[in-house]
Amino acid sequence: MIRHEAVRKDCKLLFLCGTQKLLEHEANDIAVDEQLHAPMCAERQRMPIDADVVEGREAGGVLGEHASDQANGDPHGSGPPEGGRHVLVPLKPDATCPVRLKPDATTYNDRQMKTATERAETFTTISGRPIERLYTADDLAGIDYARDINDPGRFPYTRGIHSTGYRGKLWTMRQFAGFGTPEDTNARYKALLKAGSTGLSVAFDLPTLMGRDPDHALSLGETGKCGVNVTSLADMETLFDGIRLGDITTSMTINSPAAMIFAMYLVVAEKQGADWQTLSGTIQNDILKEFIAQKEYIFPPRPSMRIITDIFAFCSTHVPRWNTISVSGYHIREAGSTALQELAFTLRDGLEYVQWGVDAGLDIDDFVPRISFFFNAHCDFFEEIAKYRAARTIWAHAMRERFGARDERSWKLRFHSQTAGVSLTAQQPYNNVVRTALQALSAVLGGTNSLHTNSLDEALALPTAEAATLALRTQQIIAHESGVASVADPLGGSYFVERLTKDMEDGALAYFDQIDRMGGMVEAIERGFPQREIAEASYRFQQAVERKEKIIVGVNDFVQEDESPIEILYIDESAADTQLAKLEALKKTRNADRVSRSIDALRNAARTPENLMPRILDAVRAYATVGEMCDALRDVWGEYEEVPII
Amino acid sequence: MRKLRVVIAKPGLDGHDRGAKVIARALRDAGMEVIYTGLRQTPEQIAAAALQEDADVIGLSILSGAHNHIAPRLMDLLKEKGLDDVLVVIGGIIPDVDVPKLKAIGIKAIFLPGTPMQEIVDFIEKNARTKAEV
Repeated sequence: MIRHEAVRKDCKLLFLCGTQKLLEHEANDIAVDEQLHAPMCAERQRMPIDADVVEGREAGGVLGEHASDQANGDPHGSGPPEGGRHVLVPLKPDATCPVRLKPDATTYNDRQMKTATERAETFTTISGRPIERLYTADDLAGIDYARDINDPGRFPYTRGIHSTGYRGKLWTMRQFAGFGTPEDTNARYKALLKAGSTGLSVAFDLPTLMGRDPDHALSLGETGKCGVNVTSLADMETLFDGIRLGDITTSMTINSPAAMIFAMYLVVAEKQGADWQTLSGTIQNDILKEFIAQKEYIFPPRPSMRIITDIFAFCSTHVPRWNTISVSGYHIREAGSTALQELAFTLRDGLEYVQWGVDAGLDIDDFVPRISFFFNAHCDFFEEIAKYRAARTIWAHAMRERFGARDERSWKLRFHSQTAGVSLTAQQPYNNVVRTALQALSAVLGGTNSLHTNSLDEALALPTAEAATLALRTQQIIAHESGVASVADPLGGSYFVERLTKDMEDGALAYFDQIDRMGGMVEAIERGFPQREIAEASYRFQQAVERKEKIIVGVNDFVQEDESPIEILYIDESAADTQLAKLEALKKTRNADRVSRSIDALRNAARTPENLMPRILDAVRAYATVGEMCDALRDVWGEYEEVPII
Repeated sequence: MRKLRVVIAKPGLDGHDRGAKVIARALRDAGMEVIYTGLRQTPEQIAAAALQEDADVIGLSILSGAHNHIAPRLMDLLKEKGLDDVLVVIGGIIPDVDVPKLKAIGIKAIFLPGTPMQEIVDFIEKNARTKAEV
């Protein structure tokens, strides 16, 4: 059997025979055999053909003549045929080519279907993306290693931003923690550092997140329940008591009042004698995803973006090693988006922040290197790995080509990831240890720069100390026992992973086009576009679970009727009582006049284009509260109310 | 017989609304009239909505740990407004130890993580009485 590489062009099938000559035949003269292969066509383009069975013909006939007179382009040369069947080699369809394989096209995957049965009609990722049974080199046609993937540490950083992978430095083990009073959380931080955590991460309670003091009507029942309560600089001092901010890095999950909380951290650091020029850490400060998913917004979109660009500008001069934003997909995914939507909306949010920063007059290379990202580490192992690799690729190209950034630090996407809280179950909670381990492994194989692993009691309460320690140990075992950190991007070159990476990249770019045509992400949010996508995806997923198309072990299959409850962390109202008492005492001891002057100055500044950070720092130093500072801004900007999309 | 009218509410500061929205849609698909209050509702606002919308059912989505404050306050308000025949259910994260207290004040069901939508639809259909029936 002689294999010919084949190409379809204008209803004629062109063959590149063994001697690399181009032969031409009418399409209906031939049929294609079921064997397949995936070489390059004459124009070095992959082009599919209709895959019918090909029969060779006798000498003087149609196919595969190798006589030298073929060089003249005469397909019907009279030289002797090679004999036997001549096989056209159908190529897999490619996004760039309009010709598609017929439905009964024979591929390896289909051919096997005739003889084998499978457990389901289709196999899809958890996001619903169909996947083939097998991936081969065919699937990488059109992908050029040096151009599209490249080595770790080289543009477009698909394989990682560090040439040494994790050999140079392991990812940061940064466990999100916070509950009750600042004293409670300070103790937990010390325990985590002692257990081997390499960075701190602060979880604030809902009043703090929403810019309310514990004595506000809406704060009743909420103080200290979902995170630590921080009302004023005094609480921040307690939170980091005995922890040298100059020696560690801290990530703070705070959005609407990020500027106030950040200012408190800066003042504590200053009081400890740390230098702002070398202080490092992150504030989440990503308001776009609040409108899209987490819903912890206070002010409307445009003034919220203003505060963010103020922080970019302030830090580029005063706190140059600080990550001013953690553009997040985690919450978008937890709200129910697919992996592709998480990737696309997060990166498009990133592009939006860059555009606003540039429009505010900042030099791109002055603030983009300090933009960081935060992704979910969800259940579908390979889809997640592909997602992280695609993210780095997309960002590198966008920064260099769309925005013209020249500093390579602007091209390198750095990200934190957290294993998927929403995937963890209340039923059979010890199963969650396994889920978290697999999710963490996928984040590591995807090259995460920092990682939080959830605790087994995630669906029940905030973590107990034991559960939190086990979550940290999960990372340590991956790092030190599994061997995966010894080689950079070990899955690079996998047909499946490279294909999936490229597909996710293409899919994200399609979303970018859609959002660009709407006028950008702020406009898209105002129209409800990402919110609608998420609502649809989350409902579809729930339906799939209830139809048992998606199995959740212990929940819709492998259920146990008689489970004994586990001990959980119960937070009562004593934290609220403590914080209320402190607030009352603070208001008596601080200089009320200084507070009210600084609040007035902040309110007035919000009406002008001046950078708000110095005013916020003044108010913080006077021990103004989160509620007081946010209320000043509420007075000027009002509060945002969304139109709910179900 | 008129359709069941269900108010789905997010009380307190929490903005995590995936569950509330999925349930709202499931109830709507099951043929009920669903009014979603949106985020950051006080018990006062929820009780007022129930009265205004002539609700048969109130579904509270609470994941923040504030249920011990919110639920009793709401039940008191419903009683004040003469709405104690409204079926009140909660979905969310409620520690086991708090469930009896909530049941004792009249919360008829607490749906924890993993509860299928159909179970909630069935419970409401079985236990709510429309105003036409009462």
